[in-house]
Amino acid sequence: MITQFLSQMPVLLVVLPLLAAPVCVIVHRAAPAWFIYALISWACFAIAFLLFVQVRIGGPISYILGGWPPPFGIELRLDALNMLVVLLVTGIAAIASIYARASIAAEIPRERAYLFYAALLLCLCGLLGISITGDAFNLFVFLEISSLSSYSLIAMGAKRRALLSAFQYLIMGTIGGTFLLIGIGFLYMMTGSLNMADIADRLPAVSDTRTVEAGLAFIVIGLSLKFALFPLHIWLPNAYTYAPSAVSAFIAATATKVAVYALIRFLFTVFGAAYAFGQLPLGEVLMVLAVVAMLSGSVAAIFQTDVKRLLAWSSVAQMGYIVLGLSMASATGLTAALAHIVNHGIIKGALFMAAGALFWRMRAISINDVAGLGRRMPLTAAAFVVAGLALIGVPATGGFISKWLLLEAVMEDAHYGLAAAILVSSLLSVIYIGRVVEALYFRDPADNDGKTAEAPVSMVAATWVLVGASVALGLYASPLVETAERAAAGLLGSGA
Amino acid sequence: MSLATIADAFFGLFNYWIVIVLMMIGFYIVISHDNLVKKLIGLNLFQTSVFIFYISMGKIAGSTAPILTEGDDAVYAHPLPHVLILTAIVVGVATMALGLALVVRIHEAYGSIEEDDVLAADFETQDSEAATERARQRSAEARQQAGARDDADDGHRAGGERADDGHGDERT
Repeated sequence: MITQFLSQMPVLLVVLPLLAAPVCVIVHRAAPAWFIYALISWACFAIAFLLFVQVRIGGPISYILGGWPPPFGIELRLDALNMLVVLLVTGIAAIASIYARASIAAEIPRERAYLFYAALLLCLCGLLGISITGDAFNLFVFLEISSLSSYSLIAMGAKRRALLSAFQYLIMGTIGGTFLLIGIGFLYMMTGSLNMADIADRLPAVSDTRTVEAGLAFIVIGLSLKFALFPLHIWLPNAYTYAPSAVSAFIAATATKVAVYALIRFLFTVFGAAYAFGQLPLGEVLMVLAVVAMLSGSVAAIFQTDVKRLLAWSSVAQMGYIVLGLSMASATGLTAALAHIVNHGIIKGALFMAAGALFWRMRAISINDVAGLGRRMPLTAAAFVVAGLALIGVPATGGFISKWLLLEAVMEDAHYGLAAAILVSSLLSVIYIGRVVEALYFRDPADNDGKTAEAPVSMVAATWVLVGASVALGLYASPLVETAERAAAGLLGSGA
Repeated sequence: MSLATIADAFFGLFNYWIVIVLMMIGFYIVISHDNLVKKLIGLNLFQTSVFIFYISMGKIAGSTAPILTEGDDAVYAHPLPHVLILTAIVVGVATMALGLALVVRIHEAYGSIEEDDVLAADFETQDSEAATERARQRSAEARQQAGARDDADDGHRAGGERADDGHGDERT
């Protein structure tokens, strides 16, 4: 019984949220729907943790769906790389379940809240599916499941501008998804297989053809749209700004990271680093875009008055760091990218949660609205400060570790200009985080009722759990760095 | 290159030419049209071209449908891409449904489905919000300065009040 359960765990990660979503719709009430979401997300987190340990001890797990062996059937494949991503996604989802109840009760009409939890479960299902599948077409389907549910989650924002943001995201996201579909089609034409490992085996024989090159281009552009790489980022600031707070926190922490994971999976496992970065000049292209993203995102963040929009622009910049790490295609660079995927997921989740807690109190989130809240909401404001420091990359936080690794990787290849760009972008992040902190602590509140009123305990606690996780990863970084190193070694080993 | 080879390249890859033409038409509609429903139609056309691409890929000249029959030596079309496209069609339908639902909501909220009108309304709110924020920023700074002066010359109340009055108009 137990062993049977253990052997079915990989598929449960996808099946549990998928089946729970319609149950949420059937129960039709906010409170039980929240309970189902909380239960499922924590169960997924527990399963992810067990699987993580299992992969760590026993090596990669291959789960065969429906008893059809891999090249023909769909395979779920768990290794060091995607367990890291799965752990991040389920962890954020579980913590968001604590956070969401109070936040959603304040932002979404009670009679529609059950639909929110159903959509959130579908989004979780899609993100986990992308992370664990070993089948290229399956990845596309899960990507569309997660994207479609996130369009509807964003459209639930209170302002009417949320609708147009969601619509623009839908248009761009669908173009991105369709590009990915075309790319997978090209690969299928040349290799006759959809299983990633199988495609990787068959590609070298046909890799000189224009078809495969076009396939690579379509896949890279399609996925770049999904994770908002620099020129394709215009959907992101609006979407994150107008979404409900809990959605901003969840999607900012997970969706873009999972799309980057998918890109890493395609580039390193399917195409192989030697092909994508050696034969084709992909590294240089991504590097330039990443640097522009880092600088322009940070500069744009400085000029925002809305705190959520400021954080959204900062996400554009932070995606630049991740892409910069992977564009070097070296072991250190890849380790830095993977570590930053996890660190930035946690940090940005914490920042958006803190911003959501401020929003809960003030009903508005411009810098002037949060002025003076440092004394009235000391815990929330302190969480924002610590998470902000982690975003800047101050030592003893997770952000420092991954930026340090990134600098190390850049210096290894003697790219001094890139090192300067990283430093400049970090300094710019001091300015934009500093603006918010200045308003929180050194300005008088807009209205003088003088009361100390924290956000609900659940929201503050969830925020602090993520802040604590980020600090813990800064002080005790070796487990994360080791896992990222092993994942990077696995990726480069299978690609070469 | 003789005329025959050109003709061959055209008719031999006829399906793919159609795919490219449809895709570009769809893409162009998405980019160029203001009407949100037309944008969705363009998007759908764009997706449909990819469906045709997959279906063409599985087709073999002179092949039949992949159904198991008595004499099992018939050449049949590759069923897998066709099945994949069933899934992709479902994704396309879901996207279309969600997009149209959003258009309905946008029409309720803005009274228009022309992107220009909707954006103009958005920019208007954005501008007025930005103006309010700037005013609040200025008044907050003024108050801060007044407060600092109050602290500095403690007891000289009149000076602080005058500074406060001087910026009073900006606060509104």
